Amino acid sequence: MSAEGVQTGPRALLAFAGERPGGALAAIVLGAIALAAAFAPLLAPQNSFDLTSFDVLDAGLPPSWLEGSDPRFLLGTDAQGRDLLSAILYGTRISLVVGVLAVAIQTAIGVPLGLLAGYAGGRVDTIVTRAADIQLSLSTLMIAIIALALFRAGLGGESLTRFAVPLLVVVIGLAEWPYFARTARAATQVEAVKDYVRAARALGGSSLGIMWRHILPNILSPLIVVATTQVAGAIMAEAALSFLGLGMPVTKPSLGTLIRSGYDLMFAGAWWVTVIPGLVLIGLLVSVNVLGDALRDGLDPRRGAR
Amino acid sequence: MKALAAGFTFFARRLTQAALVMLAILIIAFAVHAALGDPLREIMGEAVPVAEREELRHKLGLDAPWPVQLARYLGGAVKGDLGTSTIYKRPTLEIILAKFPASLELVLGASLIVLLLSLPAGVYCAVRPRSVGAKLIMSLSVLGISVPVFLTGIFLITIFAVWLGWLPAFGRGETVRLGFWETGLLTRDGLRHLVLPALTLSSIMLPLFIRLVRGAMLDELGHDYVRTARAKGASPLRVWLSHALRNALLPLVAVGGLQTGTLVAYTLLTETVFQWPGMGFLFLEAVTRADIPLVTTYLVFVGLLFVITNTIVDIVSLMLDPRISLEGTR
Repeated sequence: MSAEGVQTGPRALLAFAGERPGGALAAIVLGAIALAAAFAPLLAPQNSFDLTSFDVLDAGLPPSWLEGSDPRFLLGTDAQGRDLLSAILYGTRISLVVGVLAVAIQTAIGVPLGLLAGYAGGRVDTIVTRAADIQLSLSTLMIAIIALALFRAGLGGESLTRFAVPLLVVVIGLAEWPYFARTARAATQVEAVKDYVRAARALGGSSLGIMWRHILPNILSPLIVVATTQVAGAIMAEAALSFLGLGMPVTKPSLGTLIRSGYDLMFAGAWWVTVIPGLVLIGLLVSVNVLGDALRDGLDPRRGAR
Repeated sequence: MKALAAGFTFFARRLTQAALVMLAILIIAFAVHAALGDPLREIMGEAVPVAEREELRHKLGLDAPWPVQLARYLGGAVKGDLGTSTIYKRPTLEIILAKFPASLELVLGASLIVLLLSLPAGVYCAVRPRSVGAKLIMSLSVLGISVPVFLTGIFLITIFAVWLGWLPAFGRGETVRLGFWETGLLTRDGLRHLVLPALTLSSIMLPLFIRLVRGAMLDELGHDYVRTARAKGASPLRVWLSHALRNALLPLVAVGGLQTGTLVAYTLLTETVFQWPGMGFLFLEAVTRADIPLVTTYLVFVGLLFVITNTIVDIVSLMLDPRISLEGTR
């Protein structure tokens, strides 16, 4: 809670890794996946979004360790003859970009509202809390499904294809802000009555300045923890929406789209088109969640003591 | 007497709230309908002359100002008329009601699994938090939360349908008609078809409920009455089950019951994986084929389910803990 005893810098990071090997491992796996996704255009043997770079004649080839494979395709090919390894690298890139940007929107809406509600209290607090409760009770995934379904039904599949990434980011971003608002509000309420805030107010600091410069830096730990789990949630939401055919189009596949398009091939025996992207998605989600759990335990001294 | 009056006020307030929420949902559905759907195109197709089109528009009252149309829509909704599907050319509510049993049976199957597994697992994790079993269950639940429901379904199909060939992967199988209710629970084939989808759907709710049961139980076990009961000589099992678990059920009903929206979303995903002919599967078909009346009717129907379950949860919570009524009517 207080700043005493909390180490900073690389030594703290090492101590953290020593205490929580699972979290450290998760961070390394996550870092590797993120790097691979970031450098997808350099690493991938093929540009997955360039329809001219692959051939339908190569469709449904198995991974290199199975019979009938082609040495050009390490993990085999999908229904369009796309190199699966490249598609997974590019797909992970989309999943991560959508996840991180959506969480950025959630933060941008939720944190200021939560700060305001926690600091001002009274009617502002009631309105923000009420709005957050109502939205959470509707289920964020259901809101996203309905919003994208209406876009698709109203504007047709084509415009959805063109604006898929921004649409997904905005829809998932708007759907899940309440988690940040709740966390920020609860933490702000604790901080707002502390002496340093009273001192700042006595010195004539403006409310906005106090919230931004004094309270926000002190409530960062719980916010970081929420942000981690929310990234996992956003990636999972994107995959679910794409699997339902409401997210990324087949021409620009994310991991969810790859799973969906591979699903049709599964009964023809081509399980790898579904299972391999599926395993990558699970690896991504598990490492984000494990890292989130480790951060929560590590950043909260009360939990660490248990 | 006073408590009775308070209870009644609570009840009336909840019903008014439910009616208002339904009204809001209907207005949104009307707006979507008006903005996206063109009933004339739905009826006549594109290749009809403008003059003829206008005449029909007038005849159907579609040139009336929007408040009149809204009133007409709401009037229809009260009588159960929410429009006609453009794909099936039948009343939309009728189509959705025909698909409802499939979805409900899937949800019931999954809920049964969740109930049977989450209560013992959650209680066990709360009373023996440091045991290996509890740690294993909690780790598995992190994994369960991390695996998207459609992947669970796909993996189950791969293993039990494709590799082992034990269970069917698609559809509902053989069904029996009981009046308007088409059930798959009475035939062996229908039950066999239910296993994988129900397991899939339960897999996503299970970790959540285990954590809920465990959290609620841990809270209760910390209370004085638990120690008192133990001191009186009650057996641990009796204290856990008939004292602590009973009190832990209240937050469970409150939080668990409010998962309707989430459940609908996950049911939709499960139905897509297993091509289960339920409401969610129908909804996605309606979306792809731009059947606006069917889409809006689905929204209204899901909204209604949501309002009904929330109202029931509130009333059950009241019955489990009378203190809530006093707070609610303050």
